[in-house]
Amino acid sequence: MVFSFDLLLEAVVFGILLGCFYAAVSIGLSVSFGLLDVPHIAHPAIMVFGSYCTFVLGRYGFDPIVAGVVLMPAFFVLGMGVYRFYYEAFERRGSDAGVRGIAFFFGLALIIEVGLILAFGVDQRSVEAAYIGKSLSIGEMRVPLRFLVAFGVALVLMTALTLYLSKTFTGRAIKAVAQDEAALRLMGANPVRIKQWAFGIATAVAALAGALLIIVGPVEPGLDRVYIGRTFSVVVLAGLGSMTGTLAAGLILGISESIVLMHFGASWAPAVSFGLLLIVLGIRPQGLFGR
Amino acid sequence: MKFWASAGLVFSLAVIAAAIVKNEYYFFAGYTVLMFVVLATAWNILGGYVGYVNFGTPAFFGLGAYTAAVLFKATAAPLALQILAAAAMSGLLGFAAGLLTLRLRGIFFAIATIALVVIIETLINNWRYAGGATGLQLLRPPPTAPFESYVKMLFVLMAALAVAAVAIARYIERSWIGRGLRAIRDSEEAAECSGVPTLRLKVFACTVSGALMGAGGATMPMYLSFIEPASTFNLNYAIGALASPMIGGTAGYLGPVIGAILLSTVQQVVTVTISSEMNVMVVGVLLVVFVVAAPEGILGLIRKWTRSSSR
Repeated sequence: MVFSFDLLLEAVVFGILLGCFYAAVSIGLSVSFGLLDVPHIAHPAIMVFGSYCTFVLGRYGFDPIVAGVVLMPAFFVLGMGVYRFYYEAFERRGSDAGVRGIAFFFGLALIIEVGLILAFGVDQRSVEAAYIGKSLSIGEMRVPLRFLVAFGVALVLMTALTLYLSKTFTGRAIKAVAQDEAALRLMGANPVRIKQWAFGIATAVAALAGALLIIVGPVEPGLDRVYIGRTFSVVVLAGLGSMTGTLAAGLILGISESIVLMHFGASWAPAVSFGLLLIVLGIRPQGLFGR
Repeated sequence: MKFWASAGLVFSLAVIAAAIVKNEYYFFAGYTVLMFVVLATAWNILGGYVGYVNFGTPAFFGLGAYTAAVLFKATAAPLALQILAAAAMSGLLGFAAGLLTLRLRGIFFAIATIALVVIIETLINNWRYAGGATGLQLLRPPPTAPFESYVKMLFVLMAALAVAAVAIARYIERSWIGRGLRAIRDSEEAAECSGVPTLRLKVFACTVSGALMGAGGATMPMYLSFIEPASTFNLNYAIGALASPMIGGTAGYLGPVIGAILLSTVQQVVTVTISSEMNVMVVGVLLVVFVVAAPEGILGLIRKWTRSSSR
């Protein structure tokens, strides 16, 4: 293997762009799983569902990012519904929520995935926009514009969510419910309603993340399987529920994946996120910024 | 006694069927059903008794299949040896993975097992000798004496394996090991405090479960005369292995058997009559319906029904 500094630099730059994107697709999970402790394996599937909704709206002339934003209210309601159902069926009964809750979200992911196959077929789908297909040249380097757009939206999304969680009343309540549910109940707040709200927000964020997903590259129904590894490794590496950690972890994953991609080839890339995840779980299960 | 009589009966039925029935399709389908009995029974040893959700079935299954295939390619080893080697390798993987990951609880363990699948698939994808991503064509030797076709032989072999797997699960369930495992499921801290060697028992369960899954995958390369990573490490094996006990009932050894027979039969029928996408949809819907509405599975429903009617 020939080591080249230029290639490494390119890998790092690309990795930073990719990393921000990974952080953006994981941040919804960072709320639903990281803060609320819901074993939400269906998060990537809901995201891919968001990509397909973006694709459908794209046919009517919507820009993918606009489509993603338009979808957010609908996904918010969807998320609240999913959490309500999960709560009634598992959390409230209390018994054995672990195994069956995981199986429930696994089944949900399957249903979404196969539903998409039945509706759209297994072919890859992509959207069109002015910034897709072009690239920006910086010196020797060529950076695809679509990644820059995704990078920008990702940063805005993460800043907004971080501010929301730390500055607003509901945001702080969401953080509080993650820390001590019983205490919140004693303060007179309803933890279930707050969790439901938070899960709605996480799902709305997943809609926009889905739009980013289809901007960055073509999607297919089975894509959620790859993103289970990526999103969970980012959330676990970040330390559950830490928003700054999510960005840092996304960057770590993005940069290591792009270095492996450029130096060892595409066939090794899928193992990076999962390998990283196993290492983190083995050495530091509380993550980089664990609570 | 009753168990061994019915186990013997089931196995002899398989042998008699192989001797009488001519249509080979039934053995192709029957092999798959029995394979899922093995996988579901193996899954339940860790998932049902201990309560650790394992999505890693394809890793153990696939490692078993590849062990058998590579062994056959290198030494033309007989089928029995292939199965033993596959069980040993997958058992070893279960042991190692168990030591590394069984300190993790709940969803973390589940995600770690998905990681296992992707990592082993990636390794095989990059292993030239085992065919890499394109796969490996295998030439089946002629079937051994009493059998006239290879598929029938594999079918009878899988029936024997299924009986063995269920017997092992039943033994574990009834011994002190099973009691320890159930104690871990109910409360790991309480079990540890009462002197149950929790980690050792969990690793044991993971090893046995992995070995059985590996044995279940060992004859797959011969069944297809072909092996390639994408279909061998397919998540559908994880789905079947997890959904069957959930549908049949996770408490005892009979649940996964009932679930696997029911589920894979329905799957076969749906795949043939409608489409293979629809078959995954059916599993997904059944899984969600059962975990929500009947957490004890079919056996739980039957128990509830008999109890209320006897009153």
